[in-house]
Amino acid sequence: MMLPAELLSLKPLLPEITLALGGMVLLMIGAYGGERATGVVNGLAVLLLAGVAGLVVWMPAEKVALFNGSFIVDLFARFMKVLSLAGSAIAILMSLDYMKGAGQRRFEYPVLVVFSTLGMLVLVSAGDLIALYLGLELMSLCLYVLAAFHRENVRASEAGLKYFVLGALSSGMLLYGCSLIYGFTGTVTFTGIAQAAGQGGVGLVFGLVFLFAGLCFKVSAVPFHMWTPDVYEGAPTPVTTFFAASPKVAAIAIFVRVAIDAFPGIASQWQQILVFVSLASMLLGAFAAIGQTNIKRLMAYSSIGHMGFALIGLAAGTAEGVQGVLVYMGIYLVMTLGTFAAIMSMRRAEGPVEEIADLAGLSRTNPGMAFFFAMLLFSLAGIPPLAGFFAKFYVFLAAIQAGLYALAVIGVLASVVGAFYYLRIVKLMYFDDPAQAFVPMPGMLKAVFGVSGLLNIAFFIYPAPLVATAAAAAKSLF
Amino acid sequence: MGLFHAIVFLPLIGAIIAGLIALAGARARHPGGSAASGAEDHAHDHGPHIHQPLPEHGAVIHDTHDESHTEGPPAAGSRLAEIITAGLLMIAAGLSWYAFVSVGFQGNTARIAVLNFITSGDLKIDWAIRVDSLTAVMLVVVTTVSALVHLYSIGYMADDPHRPRFFSYLSLFTFFMLSLVTADNLVQMFFGWEGVGLASYLLIGFWYQRPSANAAAIKAFVVNRVGDFGFAIGIFALFMLAKSTDFETIFAAGPSIAGRNIHVFGHDFNALTLICLALFMGAMGKSAQLFLHTWLPDAMEGPTPVSALIHAATMVTAGVFMVARLSPLFEMAPDAQTFVMFIGASTALFAATVGLVQNDIKRIIAYSTCSQLGYMFVAMGAGAYSVGMFHLFTHAFFKALLFLGSGSVILAMHHEQDIRNMGGLWRKIPFTYAMMTIGTLALTGFPLFAGYFSKDAIIEAAFVSKNPMALYGFLCTVGAAGLTSFYSWRLVFKTFHGKPHDHHHYEAAHESPKVMLIPLAVLAVGAVVAGYLFKDVFAGHHIHEFFRDSIRQDEGIIDAMHHIAPWIGFLPTVMMVVGFLVAYLFYIRSPQIPVNLAREHDVLYRFLLNKWYFDEIYDFIIVRPLLWIGRLLWKGGDGWLIDGFGPNGISARVLDASRNVVRLQTGYLYHYAFAMLIGAAALITWFSFAGPH
Repeated sequence: MMLPAELLSLKPLLPEITLALGGMVLLMIGAYGGERATGVVNGLAVLLLAGVAGLVVWMPAEKVALFNGSFIVDLFARFMKVLSLAGSAIAILMSLDYMKGAGQRRFEYPVLVVFSTLGMLVLVSAGDLIALYLGLELMSLCLYVLAAFHRENVRASEAGLKYFVLGALSSGMLLYGCSLIYGFTGTVTFTGIAQAAGQGGVGLVFGLVFLFAGLCFKVSAVPFHMWTPDVYEGAPTPVTTFFAASPKVAAIAIFVRVAIDAFPGIASQWQQILVFVSLASMLLGAFAAIGQTNIKRLMAYSSIGHMGFALIGLAAGTAEGVQGVLVYMGIYLVMTLGTFAAIMSMRRAEGPVEEIADLAGLSRTNPGMAFFFAMLLFSLAGIPPLAGFFAKFYVFLAAIQAGLYALAVIGVLASVVGAFYYLRIVKLMYFDDPAQAFVPMPGMLKAVFGVSGLLNIAFFIYPAPLVATAAAAAKSLF
Repeated sequence: MGLFHAIVFLPLIGAIIAGLIALAGARARHPGGSAASGAEDHAHDHGPHIHQPLPEHGAVIHDTHDESHTEGPPAAGSRLAEIITAGLLMIAAGLSWYAFVSVGFQGNTARIAVLNFITSGDLKIDWAIRVDSLTAVMLVVVTTVSALVHLYSIGYMADDPHRPRFFSYLSLFTFFMLSLVTADNLVQMFFGWEGVGLASYLLIGFWYQRPSANAAAIKAFVVNRVGDFGFAIGIFALFMLAKSTDFETIFAAGPSIAGRNIHVFGHDFNALTLICLALFMGAMGKSAQLFLHTWLPDAMEGPTPVSALIHAATMVTAGVFMVARLSPLFEMAPDAQTFVMFIGASTALFAATVGLVQNDIKRIIAYSTCSQLGYMFVAMGAGAYSVGMFHLFTHAFFKALLFLGSGSVILAMHHEQDIRNMGGLWRKIPFTYAMMTIGTLALTGFPLFAGYFSKDAIIEAAFVSKNPMALYGFLCTVGAAGLTSFYSWRLVFKTFHGKPHDHHHYEAAHESPKVMLIPLAVLAVGAVVAGYLFKDVFAGHHIHEFFRDSIRQDEGIIDAMHHIAPWIGFLPTVMMVVGFLVAYLFYIRSPQIPVNLAREHDVLYRFLLNKWYFDEIYDFIIVRPLLWIGRLLWKGGDGWLIDGFGPNGISARVLDASRNVVRLQTGYLYHYAFAMLIGAAALITWFSFAGPH
């Protein structure tokens, strides 16, 4: 039995507790209210996520470690948690009209998103391998179910199944890595591992490789990316939106924390892994996307490429590099949500369409949408003065400062190749003969679309809030 | 001083207004698209079908020697554009004569800063209007001829649907020419210099539907580029040594530059000589001197008023003006002067020989112009700058008169330009005949006509000059005087006398409207009296009172000219009479003689007819190799090497890579799992063998 004073010491855990309890309440409302309660559950879920984000920000800024260091609250965690929560809440908002149109209006969707987000929060704050695994699995299990959310749809079921099987394999590799690390260091906490590892050894490096393999799977970095295109394409578009947003943020967060906190002594080893993985991701993301005709598949390769760029910052291994990663993830989240708002708006009277060719001549049928979409695509391609350029700029800068010249140069070249497929869509929208027009954009998507477009420009005008917060968050890790 | 502002900028205002009218008209004519693209389409449409009569424009294309007009409704507001541009030019011309008297005879020299043009480090260039006597002479010539040509064009271009554009270009040209002659520094002069080149290009290619006109326009532009290269080099070198482009400053720095050397291509050259030669290269291009003359005859593709204004009276004399303006420099560079005289004398004789056998009425006058420009450069080379300016001044009147007169003939003959198809026209168009005769008398130097004073003065100046090329210059100019007389009278006799050769055209021939005849009459008055009235201030005892500091001229040469042996003074007149008599013999008395002569001396005849084969030689040694190099760089360098290994090659490789990478994504679960395990295994292997320990 805990004393009240001890309970008070759990205060840093308040956001997670709130989210867990709230999620259960939502589940109850849904279970007893049935389909009729879906609207309420959706609304409450968004409020809950927003409220928890408020709690996260409200928590004191200093670094706190709970449960013997297995749960860490710091500025870094706060930054990533806010991004994850925001991504989840917006993903729910964006799903409303789509789910209604597709006849998939179920209360389970927001509940699963909420529990998955709980997993992310745990993951972001994880201070040892056990918490890491707990958070990862809580997040992933919800994601597996979400991928197959259209359970009567064959492609969605296939996507869910593929994701589950490969996810299980990756979890196995991750656990194997954890056990090797535990075996060679005798501890599971990151700080303990950092002390015990010293200069490392082959066994520890093997453990590191398997642990990173599991994490690479979650951020869909090459060669652990294979599930991404199939799942992105097969899953319902709102689910794909969610996949592309919050889980990536959380996975990158734990990637950074493990690398910086647990293995500072063998940084040169994990840097080699990251250089390889980020190179492979950037190049594959750029080259494979060119061959795609389905826009969701294209976005899958796009996100593979973007994770490669983000990992450049981590490969640098410096505070500047981590700051670059954080800025990158913030901008990536905005760009991705905006782009998916456009993709979800690709709907004709007979139903949603997903082919890139369906966007032809959009500038004439819907000039406003074409303009914002083109701007987001330019941003994704990294063309100044849009935010996407600065995202890449910070990670490349960190790589140059860390002496990783080859990585930075190849990264720039890959982004040039990548620009091709983004610009091809712009060309299609502006210079080709119009295809059949889309039905008008729902208000919620329009709002997300517009805000993300404006944020893309706003970053150029006033970058300080994001950059300064990211700098403070990055510093809290070192 | 609003006077000089008005003179320079009134034509610009006219050009802008007429240009706006032309744009509005073009928009109305091509409602579908922009005016420019419509015009382009026309040109492209007709390009490949040169020899196929087309239903609508076939007449335009099938005979490229005719001056022909496009069919179609005239642009709205054509009359307004004509009246505005011509009216503004007449105002400018009136003001110019006032300025001529005020500046030249009352000494009211002016320098007015208009605006700061360029400031960059040491380079400070003001836009300023500099008006001294030299400029005043040019102002009068430019605005007077321009105003008359504007008036004349109202009649000559009456059938053309693109009149607003034509008048806009004419006024634009006049503005550029005025900013050239009022320039206070070399950069401003270069601005005007390039501006008149642009206007010349636009006007030669005015009938853009004709491939030959486009080709001639491009040729004029490209050949002038060669000269302008020299001009630009000269400006750069002067700036390098004098740290300024202002005339006052560089003239002051002249003596110090004269003593310095420039190291180029491993040799030391006298700086001032090199600069003057480079600047003269620009003058050679603009004034169509030997080796850079080939564009001028082709420029006759433009409408005849253009030939009169640009390619006879004003633009082509810009080179002469430039040398006169820079006389303080040339006076200190005797080697450059030698070269100037050599080129001028050679051109005078060469162009005259070619003019002997040409059959196109405008080309004969074009070669005559070329030859007379050579005379002017002989005077420049001799150091008699005022005498050269005198010939420039009188030549403007009688050569514009000849061109406008030939335009009247061409119009009367329904765009026939070949003098072999004319004859006996004096009965049909007596006024034009009279005017052309006056122009010819002035050109050939008939006593008391304008050319008599100016041309004879040049020949005398060449004779008394201390230039090493003086004798050569003298002989060439005297010889050219005889040839000039011959080809000029040949033109008159074949056109106006004898029997008509084309009865159909002859019967239909009619005198031009008054709006065209009045300018002829005005110019004829100038061609008669300009020499006698102004001989004292250009080539007499009042030179210094008139020109003062605007040119630097050794006074000894004028005195020497007045004390030469009488037979030298009579020699040009004798040559003129001989030329006239031979022409009379050949084309009135026994027309068989020239035919037989041409047959007997076939090689010589064809050598002259083909203009000494300059075009062919240039085509062989310059154009073809350049085309070959261009094609090599285009097909081989750009297409194969850069595109092949650059954009196209890389994009093809990217697509290949993309195709292979996409194939990796098979959709089979076990492939995916395999890839993950291989990835992990590869990393493990890497650390086992290569990783640090």
